[in-house]
Amino acid sequence: MSRILQPASERRAETHPLTWRLHDDASPVLLAEYRDTGGYAAVAKALEQHTYESLTAEVKSANLRGRGGAGFSAGMKWSLTAKGDDVPRGYIVCNADEMEPGTFKDRLLMEQQPHLLIEGMILAGYANRSKQGYIFLRGEYHRAAASILRALDDARADGWLGADVRGSGWDFDIALHTGAGRYICGEETALINSLEGKRANPRAKPPFPGQSGAWGLPTVVNNVETLCNVPGIVNHGADWFQALSGERSSDGGTKLYGASGKVQHPGLWELPMGTTGRELFELAGGMRDGLTLKSWLPGGGSTGFLLPEHLDLALDFDTIGKTGSRLGTGLITVVADDQSMVSLTRNLEEFFARESCGWCTPCRDGLPWSVKLLRALEAGAGEPGDIELLEQMARDLGPGKTFCAHAPGAAMPLSSAIHYFRDEFERGITRPRGEAHADPIPVGSI
Amino acid sequence: MATIHVDGNDYEVEDSDNLLHACLSLGLDIPYFCWHPAMGSVGACRQCAVKQYKDADDTRGMLVMSCMAPVKDDAYISIDDEEAKAFRETVIEWLMVNHPHDCPVCEEGGHCHLQDMTVMTGHDRRRYRFRKRTHRNQYLGPFVAHEMNRCITCYRCVRFYKDYAGGEDLGAFGAHDNVYFGRYEEGTLESEFSGNLTEVCPTGVFTDQTHSDHYTRKWDLQFAPSICHQCASGCNISPGERYGDIRRIENRYNGDVNRYFLCDRGRFGYGYVNRKDRPTRPELFQRSQRGVAAQGVTLMEVDEALDRAADALRGATRLIGIGSPRASLESNHRLRELVGADRFSTGIEAGELERLRRMEALNRDSGVATPSLREIEACDAVLVLGEDLLQSAARLALSVRQAVRGKGVELGAERGIPEWNAEAVKTIAQDAAHPLFLATPEATKLDAIATRTRRAAPDDIARLGFAVAHALDPTAPAVGGLDDDTQALVGEIADALLAAERPLVIAGEALASLAVIEAAGNVARALARRQKAGAGLTLVRREANSVGLGMLGGESLDWALAQLEQGDADGVVILENDLYARLPAAKIDAALDRASAVVVIDHQRTPTWEQADIGLPAGTFAESDGTLVSLEGRAQRFYQVFDPSYLRPDTRIRESWRWLHALQATLERQPVTTILLDDLTEAVAGDMAAFAPLHHAMPEAQFRIHGLKLAREPHRYSGRTSMRANLDVNEPRAPVDLDTPFAFSMEGYAGYREPRREVPFAWAPGWNSPQAWNKFQDEVGGHLRAGDPGVRLFRDAAATRDEASYCDRIPAAFAPRDGEWQMIALPQLFGGDETSRRAEPIQARMAPPAVTLNDDDAAALGIAAGDPVAVSLDDTRVTLPAQLGRDLPRGLVALPQGTLEPLVGALPAALGWGRIALDTSAADGEARA
Amino acid sequence: MTQHTATIASDAFALDPADRAAILEERAHYPYPQAASIGALKIVQQRHGYVPDGAIPAIAETLGIGVADVEGVATFYSLIFRQPVGRHVILICDSSSCFLTDYEQLRDALIDHLGIQMGQTTADGRFTLLPVCCLGACDRGPTLLIGEDLHGPVTPEALPALLEAYA
Ligand SMILES: Cc1cc2nc3c(=O)[nH]c(=O)nc-3n(C[C@H](O)[C@H](O)[C@H](O)COP(=O)(O)O)c2cc1C
Ligand code: SF4
Ligand code: FES
Repeated sequence: MSRILQPASERRAETHPLTWRLHDDASPVLLAEYRDTGGYAAVAKALEQHTYESLTAEVKSANLRGRGGAGFSAGMKWSLTAKGDDVPRGYIVCNADEMEPGTFKDRLLMEQQPHLLIEGMILAGYANRSKQGYIFLRGEYHRAAASILRALDDARADGWLGADVRGSGWDFDIALHTGAGRYICGEETALINSLEGKRANPRAKPPFPGQSGAWGLPTVVNNVETLCNVPGIVNHGADWFQALSGERSSDGGTKLYGASGKVQHPGLWELPMGTTGRELFELAGGMRDGLTLKSWLPGGGSTGFLLPEHLDLALDFDTIGKTGSRLGTGLITVVADDQSMVSLTRNLEEFFARESCGWCTPCRDGLPWSVKLLRALEAGAGEPGDIELLEQMARDLGPGKTFCAHAPGAAMPLSSAIHYFRDEFERGITRPRGEAHADPIPVGSI
Repeated sequence: MATIHVDGNDYEVEDSDNLLHACLSLGLDIPYFCWHPAMGSVGACRQCAVKQYKDADDTRGMLVMSCMAPVKDDAYISIDDEEAKAFRETVIEWLMVNHPHDCPVCEEGGHCHLQDMTVMTGHDRRRYRFRKRTHRNQYLGPFVAHEMNRCITCYRCVRFYKDYAGGEDLGAFGAHDNVYFGRYEEGTLESEFSGNLTEVCPTGVFTDQTHSDHYTRKWDLQFAPSICHQCASGCNISPGERYGDIRRIENRYNGDVNRYFLCDRGRFGYGYVNRKDRPTRPELFQRSQRGVAAQGVTLMEVDEALDRAADALRGATRLIGIGSPRASLESNHRLRELVGADRFSTGIEAGELERLRRMEALNRDSGVATPSLREIEACDAVLVLGEDLLQSAARLALSVRQAVRGKGVELGAERGIPEWNAEAVKTIAQDAAHPLFLATPEATKLDAIATRTRRAAPDDIARLGFAVAHALDPTAPAVGGLDDDTQALVGEIADALLAAERPLVIAGEALASLAVIEAAGNVARALARRQKAGAGLTLVRREANSVGLGMLGGESLDWALAQLEQGDADGVVILENDLYARLPAAKIDAALDRASAVVVIDHQRTPTWEQADIGLPAGTFAESDGTLVSLEGRAQRFYQVFDPSYLRPDTRIRESWRWLHALQATLERQPVTTILLDDLTEAVAGDMAAFAPLHHAMPEAQFRIHGLKLAREPHRYSGRTSMRANLDVNEPRAPVDLDTPFAFSMEGYAGYREPRREVPFAWAPGWNSPQAWNKFQDEVGGHLRAGDPGVRLFRDAAATRDEASYCDRIPAAFAPRDGEWQMIALPQLFGGDETSRRAEPIQARMAPPAVTLNDDDAAALGIAAGDPVAVSLDDTRVTLPAQLGRDLPRGLVALPQGTLEPLVGALPAALGWGRIALDTSAADGEARA
Repeated sequence: MTQHTATIASDAFALDPADRAAILEERAHYPYPQAASIGALKIVQQRHGYVPDGAIPAIAETLGIGVADVEGVATFYSLIFRQPVGRHVILICDSSSCFLTDYEQLRDALIDHLGIQMGQTTADGRFTLLPVCCLGACDRGPTLLIGEDLHGPVTPEALPALLEAYA
């Protein structure tokens, strides 16, 4: 199982709100321990001291930005949810579909500290007047499922879930829904369709889920990590949360950062929001021996490639956004200089083409074509015009042109790879067939 | 209203629309696929991109999908913007990645929306150099062919089939670029509306299999505006002809009636027009005496036939005429003129005629309006008494379905979700529905969307209706002895109807029960008394012109038979009517045997035709003109599609009214004068006040646009000079049509700019597919710019404040009997009508006749599903396989209407009580008379 | 309120009573029956290893939903198998982080070792080899999931021993 690479001794409640309870042996934090260490205090506090408006306001002023990749303010989202006495109570849905290539943070939280998530969901449910919560967990996360199921039972037995939560007169429960594959289920509206037992095609917005979501009722979808941040905010307040990132970022809190690829120590760290890429890269020990960094993805396969020179940027939504890339999930993927950008891009586009839901034309029919072009370039069978065609496609797969953000996610690595590494792509046209990438860059099998 | 600025021009548009809808309605061209005027937007294809600017100063703008962008006041958009144009071309390029280059062999070619859009975007060069993905096709039954490789994944097919029409067996399967639209397993499409897939699909995935069997390109077909003759709904159709055969039937847009959709009986039931055994020459039957089969048949020329017929009729001492509810007003009227009003029979069985008259009276004076199909879609509570609408008037059932779905639209509106945002409306709706109450004897497919269903015998259905009326208005007669359950249901129905703004009551002829009709009438009256100004009453009739014939007046068929049998008349002219399909053979034989002269005018070789002394070959709807009155009281004209003698000079097929006119002249020893359709229609209109509006209904034969007649053929029509070359190398001039404003050629007006109501085929430059109707409408999906065809004869019904009193003839509760069962005959969509069951594809879809009984009754008799059951009713004996699980109440037995006929002939009109038993002598499930 | 009439295919498939009960139990978790369709498919798959065609109408009937809707879902999701699979399904992550940590070598080694291509099942019915999206264990790439067990990093050399454990 995945681990947090900071030893327990370095993690403290005030500075590592997401991970301070985690054990070095990665065993789960069970109910008793969770409660003994102040668990569910935030729920008790909220039920006592907060109305749904004031709770929402607290989270809004904390500026908790969505950790699922888009960075939308959670408090803002909650404040836009249809509530009120004439509106039927809806749903809070936890997006636990983690399938973004290069992302492995939610798994850790769910396997090792399910009660934090449950507590966050109860709070979110309270703030949004939800009648029911669903954890939409990807089907491959068997251990997380077991851990959550047990935690749900324990929490229910302890009165935190079910009718009349802790004698407050408020009913709320959470059910686990496990998926059956398909990355697109992570897109929040596709996720709702999937939860409803339908094909995971996204829905048009507006209406936003907060107005008409699951089964037509007001629905809030938040990422696991986002929700796990809520108890801390309720316990310690918005100012504390803001202060966690200090001067580093205007975004508050900590972030589960991670690194994968051929680094010395791939793994996860809870660090203040706005930690720079270089700090993270160094925590990961830099590249494996003999390798140098060529490029990196700041937060998953649907973010744009950056160069080593970008490492000094703060890893937060706005800073990375200015480069033309996105922070995404904040788990970086590194590329060594002996790895082919063409092959990697091909691999990414294959992923996006395969995971397209098939609803809109650009994504469904454009991406497979881009894969074929990339394969041709990879094999040295490219033709003049192929790169321009890929660039055009990357533009035409952009935001607003497709039905959801899946295809724009695919366009990001494509356009940025061509932008920064055009020469590698050109080799696919100018070098004789079969030798395009023989030297100096070996490629994945073709 | 809102003002939008499009490429520098300002337009006033509806602010509830989306930009695509608004722009198309303005006549601007934006390509699109997934959007459909009847089904709204889903934003899937991304074809309809336009540039939208924040304000007049914004020069960059942003691409938006016009179908998903609401109209906003003072919006600046550009269709011509270079980026938008380039993107739209790219979308086509993507759609073409897998689309085969098979236009020359594709049956959609020439009326293909994908072709049109490809041309519109200017995509003409292939850059994709890799392999295309391929799919396997499915066999989908006799109506619809499947070629999945042509699919562009617009999702329209499933959205129509499932969301709009409620079908469950067609879906979208797979994901990414491997999405497959088909049935969950190979087999016949179950929906009664599957044929619409051929028009809804923007390319050649779903095509008309019956057309395929004798394929002709759309531009090579000759069309006329026509009216479907297969039931009383009055759907508008465009039949297409080539070489003297009808090749296909397309939907003809009528914004009040069928709009974009037909049922499969109407679309695929045309085969009887093309039957090779149709009489095409007058026939003289030789037989020693009536009642024996003819020993010989002599074919005659027209004049000889007229003389012989006139002679025969002159020989008779007294003449009567038997008309037909499947023939036009004009033909029936001519017959009435010929024999005299007091000797004219409608050709309708007495009970049915009585009910027709009653229904007409209710439509006129119940104080409640008779809604059009479109108006039905806007109803917000529906009570159906006795009708399985999918069987008796399928297109109407489709409208009722939309009425039920209307609840979602309402809920959406409350949350600011516009009606066109189709998926969002579906989401907010979930299973919310406007209330639909169905009271029928057996399970129906509409049950799936009903709020409550009630299975009951006809009398109990009537009692339920009477009780609802009483619950609505205590002055309506009460029904005694209802059980608590029924009483609760009655309350629920009454509450729902009262809560609605536009409640609708539907009943009709299906159960042949006057009581059911009266009950519906009481409900309508009660709604009128409760000031439900928006209420509607829809009464379903069986045949295309049942309403018209009821209005025209005339005696019943039983009267006519009695006249003959009693010797009060001995000469008879029978118009387009197979009497053997209406009453048991013995009755017909007994009457016809005594006649000295029988002249039959028909287009089919029916058992009645076989009894004629002289048979005169009539034109079907495709070879003649006339007027029909639909169940909503809408008089609509159908026009001749082609002249049968142009390509088949041996043919002596004439419009029935022409035969009758000539026969009358011959009888009177007068020269046969020219008579024109307009004269006839005027004669009908002048005959009685009810028909007076017909004067305004029709474009008269003199109607011209820019001095031109209207073309029946597209201007690309080919082969005219050679198509008769096998007969004569000299090309004769095209037949002249004096009766109508249409020309039998491509010469004439075929455009869309000049308003015209009667459109043979929809075409506009760049728009070859059925989507061309956009160009003829006041707004897309709205009404035809010149007004929708037809004129409503019941129009003022709602205004006629009801002074008539409630019906108080409430039947006693149905009581099952020991050893006897009440028999009912239930309408069948496929095979239930006299003409379309002669079409092969319809025959292929006909359910084999079966007898339906209650499961407990069956168990008591030791009958299992499929077992042969001997049914005896009066003189009729038949063995049919048992059908169970249909929820039929105890004590009832249901037989199929129409499909049983080939076995036993027509059933007695009033079915009454009969017996059933396991037929131990029969092999399993074998049907035999 | 909505009732559905589903036609039941004549396939030899019969829904196990326990599975039927489990599906109905699943159905109770949601406001509408369609939501249980994915769970229902998984229940059937649990028993048979895959979802036979005959199960589609059986599930539709049990849940009272349309057949094409069930088939639409059953063909959309990648973890629903519509053909028989081996006793152990090996899901090998082919996403970027594993790709960058030598997924292709591992894949080739698997193909060599098992003698099957991606998407195939070994002749002895022991293993089926399929690709999967990022398994969320990128720090341990290349990774694979055998049944419910996650493994990573897996070197080609370690493969034979690893697979030994799966009989
Ligand atoms: C193709 C696609 C896949 C996504 N996958 C995930 C995912 O696996 N987990 C997740 O939390 N968010 C995912 N998202 C983002 C969600 O749509 C949504 O923004 C997020 O769940 C909102 O939660 P947050 O505001 O708490 O981040 C995905 C988005 C897209 C377009
Ligand atoms: S961009 Fe379109 S096809 Fe791709 S996943 Fe989103 S909706 Fe589906
Ligand atoms: S018509 Fe607008 S996206 Fe398809």
